[in-house]
Amino acid sequence: MTHPSVEQVWEWLGTLPDPEIPVITLIDLGIIRGVTWEGDTLVVTVTPTYSGCPATSMINMDIEALLREKGIENLELRRQLSPAWTTDWMTDEARAKLEEYGIAPPQPAGGPSRCPRCGGTHLEKLSQFGSTPCKAQWRCQDCLEPFEYFKCI
Amino acid sequence: MAEVDNTALLQFLLRTGDNTLILGHRVSEWCGHAPILEEDIALANTALDLIGQTQLWLGYAAEVQGMGKSADDLAFLRDVWDFRNVLLVELPNGDFGQTLMRQFLFDAWHSIMLPRLAKGTDERVREIAQKAVKEVSYHVERSADTVVGLGDGTEESHARMQAALDYLYPYVGELFESDEVDAAMVDAGIAPDPASLRDEYDALVGRVMEKATLTVPDGSFAHKGGRTGRMHTEHLGHLVSSMQWLQRAYPGSEW
Ligand SMILES: [Zn+2]
Repeated sequence: MTHPSVEQVWEWLGTLPDPEIPVITLIDLGIIRGVTWEGDTLVVTVTPTYSGCPATSMINMDIEALLREKGIENLELRRQLSPAWTTDWMTDEARAKLEEYGIAPPQPAGGPSRCPRCGGTHLEKLSQFGSTPCKAQWRCQDCLEPFEYFKCI
Repeated sequence: MAEVDNTALLQFLLRTGDNTLILGHRVSEWCGHAPILEEDIALANTALDLIGQTQLWLGYAAEVQGMGKSADDLAFLRDVWDFRNVLLVELPNGDFGQTLMRQFLFDAWHSIMLPRLAKGTDERVREIAQKAVKEVSYHVERSADTVVGLGDGTEESHARMQAALDYLYPYVGELFESDEVDAAMVDAGIAPDPASLRDEYDALVGRVMEKATLTVPDGSFAHKGGRTGRMHTEHLGHLVSSMQWLQRAYPGSEW
């Protein structure tokens, strides 16, 4: 029996959106760390964004449902903690998609570089925490709109 | 480096995981009750991070214990005497200021302890600590800011924050207690001697309290007994009965 190739599996996984921010994919987010065959078992390695992120179990369910539908019978989802997930693994494409969606992408400086709505640069932090563990709340003083910032970790 | 004894490692992991479990549960009690929406969300996020870390710590503890249990079993099926958290984290929330003062006193310690664990000799402890330290750097930044904002705020908020500090400070000393479990962790290179973190902690707390115009109480008296399991406060029993209510009413029920 021949297995679907690892490249094929990556291609399938590339269609899975993040459950909280559906404009980016799980691969864009950088949380799928590996796909390998170990004998007859397909091993997909996933790293959590935040240790208590409630989306983690949904992400695992989405991956499993997709791969079962593609006919994978022996599947193991492996949790990898180390190296810990960092926003550095997010692709440039994902950063652009986030901004277009209205979420300021993570910046090494620790805060957003511009308002995702008007491009204004007069910004203030409202709260270190937002609607999900990975986001903070900011406000633009140019257009006065609040917006979310994807925290850099 | 000494080979680590599993009994000591288990105790160490229970202490670490019970701190985050009990504090996470306490903080979650604010969900839907905080003074403003942003603070409600911030508290819920902090609680979520702590519970997530608990899952990792107690998951590893259950493996080391080797009795086929899970992190959930340890959280929901142990009785109050078996918890190994420090007394500080089981104290009632009090008002918002007291909750944030407790959070800062814990976060400050957590932010100093975790980077040490992240460099230790036990791979699993290292991995969990490396993950947790990123989250805790946000916790301590926020709790310190809030302590400063409320301490150096109005007359009313200042008085409440000073009262919170006076009440909570005698519970800080337990974080720096050492016993044979800690000695075994030091010998194995897994964790530092808690006592060795005190100077750095005092410096950090001192800086923040100065900015907050609050006075750190004198005296070295410390309430203790939680991390050794010798004696908890009466508050833990109430917390556990609420946290474990479902498993006690419907044993073995699952999602
Ligand atoms: Zn704007």
